[in-house]
Amino acid sequence: MKVLTANRLTDGIAVWYADGGWADTVDNADIAHDKAAEDRLEAIGAAAYASNEVVDVNLIDVSVVDGVVEPVRLREKIRAAGPTIRNDLGKQAVRAA
Amino acid sequence: MYRYDEFDHDFVQARVAEFSDQVQRRLAGEITEDQFRPLRLMNGVYLQLHAYMLRIAVPYGTLNSKQLRMLGHIARKYDKGYGHFTTRQNIQFNWPALSDIPAILADLASVEMHAIQTSGNCIRNVTADHFAGAAADEVADPRPYAEILRQWSSVHPEFSFLPRKFKIAVTGAERDRAAIQTHDIGLHLKKNTAGELGFAVYIGGGQGRTPMVAKKIRDFLPEADLLSYCTAILRVYNLYGRRDNKYKARIKILVHETGVEEITRQVEAEWQELKDAELKLPEADIRAIDAYFAPPQLSDRPEGDEAVKLARLDSKSFSDWLDQNVVTHRHPDYAAVTISLKGIGEVPGDASDSQMEAVADIAEKYGFDELRVSHEQNLILPHVARADLKAIYDALADIGLATANSNLISDIISCPGLDYCALATARSIPIAQEISRRFASLERQREIGELKLKISGCINACGHHHVGHIGILGVEKKGAELYQVTLGGSADENTSVGEIIGRGFSSEEITDAIEQIVETYLGLRLDPQEKFIDAYRRVGPAPFKEALYAGEAKAA
Repeated sequence: MKVLTANRLTDGIAVWYADGGWADTVDNADIAHDKAAEDRLEAIGAAAYASNEVVDVNLIDVSVVDGVVEPVRLREKIRAAGPTIRNDLGKQAVRAA
Repeated sequence: MYRYDEFDHDFVQARVAEFSDQVQRRLAGEITEDQFRPLRLMNGVYLQLHAYMLRIAVPYGTLNSKQLRMLGHIARKYDKGYGHFTTRQNIQFNWPALSDIPAILADLASVEMHAIQTSGNCIRNVTADHFAGAAADEVADPRPYAEILRQWSSVHPEFSFLPRKFKIAVTGAERDRAAIQTHDIGLHLKKNTAGELGFAVYIGGGQGRTPMVAKKIRDFLPEADLLSYCTAILRVYNLYGRRDNKYKARIKILVHETGVEEITRQVEAEWQELKDAELKLPEADIRAIDAYFAPPQLSDRPEGDEAVKLARLDSKSFSDWLDQNVVTHRHPDYAAVTISLKGIGEVPGDASDSQMEAVADIAEKYGFDELRVSHEQNLILPHVARADLKAIYDALADIGLATANSNLISDIISCPGLDYCALATARSIPIAQEISRRFASLERQREIGELKLKISGCINACGHHHVGHIGILGVEKKGAELYQVTLGGSADENTSVGEIIGRGFSSEEITDAIEQIVETYLGLRLDPQEKFIDAYRRVGPAPFKEALYAGEAKAA
C-alpha cells in the first residue's frame, strides 16, 4: 500500500494527496493498492511538481491501523507527526490543539 | 568586531534583491525546482522533512547584541519561536516559509548578516576559536585572518563550483578549540622565532563517511602569504579533486589518494607562481582588518576577586557554574563565560526567541556587546568582568541557561537527526536528551570529568561523532534505529578518529551502554585527574569491549 506525499512549494510544509487535492495530514490520503493505482498517483505527483504546486514528491509505504493510514518507515512517521522531541510542533501540534 | 563597509553593504543588499527576485519567480512558476534548487542552496535554503530550513552565517561565530536580538525576532516572527545553533557556528531555522525568506534576508541585512555560502560546493563560513580575542593562551586573535578569508572567498568566481564543499578553520592558540585538524584547511596562527606571525597549515581533514585527520603541509606560512597559499591549495583541489563520485570529492580523499608529499609539492609549485603577485597581503591591509577586531577597552576591575569569593560562599550553584563554565581571560580581572545550551534533557544547541533576546541584553549590559557561537553549540560571552559574574549568573539562571556542564558528559554535540533532517537515518536528539537525563546529577558529571560525547544521526557526521571521546552514530538497520559507538576520538591539538567498539545498540539499549562505558572508565582510571580520553589512550578498547560484550560471548 502506498500514498503520495510531497512538500508544498510556498511554505515547504509536508502534504499528502487526498480526495483530489493536497492535505495537511496523512490521515485520509488516497491509498494505492496496486501497480495501476501507484502509477496514477505518480502521474498526479509529476503533474503537481510540473505545475509548481509541490516539491520533493514521493510514493511511500503505508499500512492501515484501526482504519487510520500510517506510514511504515520511521522517517515518514516523523514527517506525518512532527519532531518526536517537540509535541508542540508539526502535525501533532495541530491535532492536539 | 568587523563592521560592513560600503562594499559589503552593497554586496549583501544586491544579493537580497537578487534572491528575492528568484523566489518571486519561483513562486510565480517562472522557474522550475531544478533551476531554483542551486539558487536557493547558495542562499542557505534547504528543504527538510517538515519544511524549508534556513541556515544563516555567523562569520567565525562572532555576533553582537543587535544581531542576536534580530535572530530572536526572526524566530518569533517567521519561525516557531526558536533557532538551532550549529557545529559550524551558524544558526538554523527549521520552519520558514519560502515566501517569507526575502523578508528574513532583508531583516538580516539590516544588522549586517546573511545566509550566503552556507550551502553549496563553495568555501563555507570560516570558523574560529570561540574564545578568540579573549583567551590568555593565544598569540593573536585569529578572526582578522578569518575575515580576510571571508572577503576573499565570498562569491570567488574560481571557487564557487568546487568538487564539493570546503571548510576552513583558524585557531590562534596551541590549545586547539576550533578543531582545525577536522577541516579541509586548518590554520594554526603562531609566531616564529623572530616573533613574526604566520600559520602552520593543515589540509585534508574531515569527517563524514571517510574520516581523516588533516596533514600538516607547512610549518610556518608568513601571514602576508595567507591568500596566495590558500589559493594554491584550492587550485590544486579544484583541478584534481574528484567530481565523478560525491563521496570521494572532498580534498581529504585527494590528499589521501595523492599522498601528502606529492600534494605538498603540487601546492608549493602552484604557490611559487602566485606568491609574489597581487594576492600578497599588504601589511597595512592586515592591520586595517585587525583594527576592526581591537579588543574592548577593559578597565581594571580588581574588586572582582573579592566579589567572586563572597558570592561563592553564598551560592553553591554559582560556585559550580564558576568552576565549570567560566575560563580565564588574558586580563586577570575578566573572564570568558560559556552559556550552556545543553540544559539537562534539552535539545542541544536550541535557544528560544526570548532566550536570545535576554542573552543579547546580558551581552550589552555586561559583555561589551560581544557574543560568540561555539562549534560545540553553546554561546559565549568572551569579555566579562569577574566582578559582574554573579549578576550574569543570576540573569542566566532566570532564563534557564545557567547549567554548569561545559565540557562534561551532558555538554553533548548533536546534529538535528531524523527529527528534522532529510538525510538522517536515525534520531540523535532524543538519544542526547536521554543520556543527559541519565547523567543529570552535576556531582556525578564532575566526578566523571571532561568527557566529550557527540552524536550524529547519519554517516555524514554533522554531530562530529568520529571525534567524540565517546561517539554515537545512528543508522537504520532492518527498519529500526541502531546506534554504533566509537571511542577515543578527539578534536583538539591531538586529533584522533574514534574506533568502533563493537555491535551497535538499539535506542532502548544505548544509554545503558554509555553508562557502562563511563562506569568502566571510572573503575580503571589511575586517579580522578586522568581524563576519559587519556585513560582510553592508555588502556585501549579491550576493557570497554569486555564490559559491553563479554556477557554475550559467554552466552553464545
